[in-house]
Amino acid sequence: MSIDSMYVHKMWNDYELSKMVQGGIPFPMLSDTGGKVGKVYGVYDEDAGVETRGRFIIDPDGVIQAFEVLTPPVGRNVAEAIRQIQAFQLVRESKGTEATPSGWKPGKKVLKPGVDLVGRVWEEWKTEMASD
Amino acid sequence: MAEELNVGCARPTGGPVGESEAPPATEQEPGKKEVASMVQVGKKAPDFVAPGYHNGKFVNIKLSEYLGKWTLLCFYPGDFTFV
Repeated sequence: MSIDSMYVHKMWNDYELSKMVQGGIPFPMLSDTGGKVGKVYGVYDEDAGVETRGRFIIDPDGVIQAFEVLTPPVGRNVAEAIRQIQAFQLVRESKGTEATPSGWKPGKKVLKPGVDLVGRVWEEWKTEMASD
Repeated sequence: MAEELNVGCARPTGGPVGESEAPPATEQEPGKKEVASMVQVGKKAPDFVAPGYHNGKFVNIKLSEYLGKWTLLCFYPGDFTFV
């Protein structure tokens, strides 16, 4: 979503993005001329008249589970967004009984918060696991 | 799901739906500055409708159509902005 019209979205997709992604952009490119939606989400920059690089993960109940907002010159990391969605899906499937420690990715150890884990995380999780 | 839009010269717009945006400007407690409403994790994503382009068509999308699915909503400064 950006402040561009849907006509400009069409031109960007057809002229440039379809050369990077076969078949063009697979998801809807939304138009927020005036930034009304961006204001509600806290990503509209009044001075520049544009929206910053905001990314929101919304769960099946419509609840925001995560967001990240960057200023324009730095692009995002799609793999990290997907990793976070996978982590939130795991937590949801476990009905909140499991939690994903720092550095978790699919296949890595999860923790089960509870009375037995208090003060014992150091036995279950090592700092190297944050970045291995 | 998404309703297809007829193309005309008027520029279609969308916006938030549901709860009214800003509360009426009433007198505020002195020293209490108005804080812009910011979304929070763990809270509902504000619903909206927006026109867009998808699979060769102009469509009207409502966020709440995606209830039941994991949804990634991304904002960016503008088309052709490089990164």
